[in-house]
Order: sequence, then C-alpha cells, then structure tokens
Amino acid sequence: MVSEKGETVVEISHLEKRFGSFTALRDVSLRVGKGERIVICGPSGSGKSTLIRCINRLEVPDKGRIVVDGVELTDDVKAIEGIRRNVGMVFQQFNLFPHLTVLENCTLAQIWVAKKSQAAADKTAEHYLERVHIPEQKHKYPGQLSGGQQQRVAIARALCMEPKVMLYDEPTSALDPEMIAEVLDVMVEFADTMTTVCVTHEMGFARKVADCMIFMDAGQIVEASDPKTFFTNPKSERTKLFLSQILEH
Amino acid sequence: MFFSFRNGILSVAAAVFLFWIISSLVNWFFLDAVWFGTIEDCRLHQDGACWPFVGVRFSQFLYGFYPSAERWRVNLVLGIFFGAIGLLVYERMPYRSKIVIFMLCVFPLFAWFLLRGGVLWLADVPTGRWGGFMLTLVLASVSIVASLPLGILLALGRRANTLPFVKAFCVVFIEFWRGVPLITVLFATAFMLPLFMPASVNFDQLLRAMVGFILFSSAYMAEVVRGGLEGLDRGQYEASDALGMSYWQSRKRVILPQALKIMIPGILLTIIGLFKDTTLVLIIGLLDFLGMIQAGIADPRWGSPNVPFTGYAFAALVYFCFCYSMSVYARYIEKKYSEGRDRR
Repeated sequence: MVSEKGETVVEISHLEKRFGSFTALRDVSLRVGKGERIVICGPSGSGKSTLIRCINRLEVPDKGRIVVDGVELTDDVKAIEGIRRNVGMVFQQFNLFPHLTVLENCTLAQIWVAKKSQAAADKTAEHYLERVHIPEQKHKYPGQLSGGQQQRVAIARALCMEPKVMLYDEPTSALDPEMIAEVLDVMVEFADTMTTVCVTHEMGFARKVADCMIFMDAGQIVEASDPKTFFTNPKSERTKLFLSQILEH
Repeated sequence: MFFSFRNGILSVAAAVFLFWIISSLVNWFFLDAVWFGTIEDCRLHQDGACWPFVGVRFSQFLYGFYPSAERWRVNLVLGIFFGAIGLLVYERMPYRSKIVIFMLCVFPLFAWFLLRGGVLWLADVPTGRWGGFMLTLVLASVSIVASLPLGILLALGRRANTLPFVKAFCVVFIEFWRGVPLITVLFATAFMLPLFMPASVNFDQLLRAMVGFILFSSAYMAEVVRGGLEGLDRGQYEASDALGMSYWQSRKRVILPQALKIMIPGILLTIIGLFKDTTLVLIIGLLDFLGMIQAGIADPRWGSPNVPFTGYAFAALVYFCFCYSMSVYARYIEKKYSEGRDRR
C-alpha cells in the first residue's frame, strides 16, 4: 500500500471474518510487496492475528479475496498446502512438536512436504539453527529448551522451508522479558532478506525493521503509514492514544 | 504409620486382615492342596486345591476339542505368536519393523489356513472344534489388532468437520455400538445375521463372532482415541498445517504419535477389557478358555467340592498373568515416551 516495491506477494482485498456474532475483520485490504516488512499493531481483539492467520488460511474468511504469490486462496486443499509451503509462520506459543528433537522439528516438513533427502534436509536445518544461534541444541527435545530458544527453533523451522513470506503472530508475547531480545535480534537479522508480516507490540523492533506500520482497531485498518510518520505524527486519535499507552512504559 | 491411635488401629487391622487372606490362600493353593493322584484323593482332602483336575484337563483347556493329532498346528502358531512378541519386546531387535509387518499382514493368514486346514494336505478342522485358551488368544488378538486402526479411523472421522457425511457416519457407528451390550451383538451376529443372508452363504460362526467383537471394540477404541486427539493442543494442528503438511502427513507424523502417547492407559484398559470379554463367546456355543474349564467342572466323574474352585482359581490366575503383563508393558512404554520430552 505505502511502499511501491516491485511485485506483490500478498494481496488482500475486502476481507471479512466473523466469529459467531463477533466481527473480527471488516473490509480489510492490504498489499504486501516483495521484500516489504510490515508491522501490525493494535489493541487485543482488534483482528490483527485473525488477519495474518487468514493469509495461510488457518482462518477461513467469510468474504473477500486473498491472493498469495499469484494463487488465490480457495477451498482447494492442494492449493492451500502449496501456499502454506511458501508461507512460514511463527506462533505466539511456539508450537514446536514436543515428540521430535530440535533437528527433527526442522527437517520434518522438508522431508515430507518438500520431499528433500534426509541429508539435504539436515544440512538446511543445521544452517538455520546456526543462524538462530542454537546449533548445539539440535539433539535436544523442545521441552528441554528455554522459551526464547524454543521460539528461535520455531523461526528456524519456518525458514527451513525457504518461504517467500514470513508471518509472525505475536512472537514475543509468551516470552519472559529477558528472552525477548534474543528472539527479536534473530528476527531483525532475517527481516533484511525476507518479506515479513509481523504482529507485535515491540515498537523498538518495529522502528528498526518496518517499511510500513499498520494500526488496527475493531477489525479495521485505522492507520497505515511509514514508521516515521506513524510514530511522530499519527493521523488518527485512536492511534495516538494507543501509542501513548504502549510507549509510556 | 503409628502416629495416631486411630491410624495405629487401622494399620494393625489391615495387617491382620492381609495375613489372614494370604495365609489362607497359601494354604489352599499350596500347603493343603492335592498335587498328585486322582479324584479320589481330591475327595479325601477337600480343604485345598485339586490340581490333578487341571493336570488331566490341561490339554483341553489349551486346545479345546482340536483333534490331538493336529495339535502341532496350534503349537506352531502359538510358538510363532509368542516368539514374535518376545522378539518385539526387545527394542534393539534388528528387522523390528519387518517383523511387525510380517506379524500383521502375513501371519494372520498363515495362522488361519494352518489352524483351519482344508488346504494342501492339512486336514479340515472346523472352527466349532477350536476352543480353550487358543480360541481366547485368537479372538482377543485379532479383535485387538483390528480394532485399534479401525478405532483411529473412526475417531479421525468423527472429528472431520469438513466432511459432514463421514462425520455423521462415524458418530452413528460409534454411538450405535457403544449403546448395545456385547452379548446382544454376539447373539445378533451368531443367530440373526444368518436369517438375513441367503441360505447359500455360510459364514463361519467364529468369523461372525470376531466381526462382532471388532465392530464393538473399535467403537470403544474410537472414543479413547478421540480423547487423545482432543487432549492435544490446537497449536500442534495449526503448526503442522502451517508447514504445508497434508491431512494424513500431519496425522501420521505429528498428531497421532502424540495423541497415542496420551492414550496408552485408555487403550490398555480397552485391550484388557476386550481380552476378558472374549469369554462371552460362551453364550453362542464357542468354548473358550473359561468355557472349557466350566465344561470340565461339569463333568460328573470329577465331582468334588474343591474342583470348581480349583478350575476358577486356575482361570483367574491365567487371566491375571496375561492382563498384568500387558499392564506392566504398557506402563513401561508410557514411561519410555515421557522421558526427556515433557521436561521444561
């Protein structure tokens, strides 16, 4: 929307999503260009998680269109699986597979979804585990790692599929404060080379990496602008109030 | 233990009671028991077990009315069965997965043709002559092995919200079989099914009972499995979906391995229940282990007050040994899977 970088990776138009009588998203449109880094913030219940969960169809929208990498999301299961291969996701609760080792967590989808050989999968996994700074933990089980380490494994697991977009759904919200930095550092490192959509309240991170800041409230995009304008001169009163609330601390 | 007066009294009472129970059992089973001899000896010493009864009847308890000359076939099947179990319990066994595949795919057919006969030079032994412990094992192992995968499929089907017809079928199936007593199922398969079938179709009595058992127990298994599936964190489903895994990939690699672990106690409960329930084939005229013992007790030549007790005690002992060893193995598996993985 704001930046005009090259090709479009994700195109969302007039999206609507209801949970029973609660409207989570109303008429949301968003374009994510290749290499663009978008940070979405907003009060809880504003629909930001629902929005990015629609991108890989963990939520099925009631209305509107989503096109990811040129493919429109429909009920076609095969197409959805194909899109999910190209869209990496990191969850608030890590969601690592507790019955598999760190290495196996990273190779599972490579082997069964991307049909890589064991050796090639191991190699990629080791590469990304190295880059998230935990190569020495690869034979441990997730339950033996700290929260920050688990989230870094989750990032590595998503990156191993070499996705075209990375989605982060409040990746640091479930972490102890002293572990937030290690996860954000890793995210900053990868943001340079990766199309990223991130739901977070870490405004320091947002300032550092975002090309575009989006503020959502009550299921709508209230404000979308470049970080400088967003932080210094927000247009909407709602945004101002929100920023003052989270930046005060 | 003796911290307070009341606890002291309870402890002493429990100890006295235990001592009384154990000493009378030991007396009855061993010290006062008749070990050798004939029914005459049992009639003279009625305060203890009459083991000669079990000794004389042992082969019937094991083989039922299987012809003596053909019993090597039963021995061979049981030998392979227990041999394979022995090998599989040992986890570092080479070719373990091949043994499993052989036991699940080839062995049942092999066992069926060998026991049933009527092919090659093997004499025909109708299933009506099968009986005793071998029948118990055949029924129980076939029902257990078949009901687990069926139960898993039913449980997955019941949760398939995107496939309403599959879901409805699974719900109706599970609720129907859970709502019907097993005895009714056996009666229906044994006596009513033939009424609906054309006269030319003669479905083996044992096979019919087996089908009844499998359908019945798979419904129970399905509910146990469903418990495990629902106990699993939703994030596990989402994470495997988000990686692009297909439905079956995610079930096989992520969901079921974890759900099955949660379900081990429930599965074991179902298996043990099934093992004991096989006794109910009695009512459709198949004499399993307990049935053979009862038939033995009813023999007037062995009329002595201690004979029925001996028979039932022997049955209890054998059932206990089997159920308890399954229980021990399941606990071992459960412990093994939880090591190092749930720590945080």
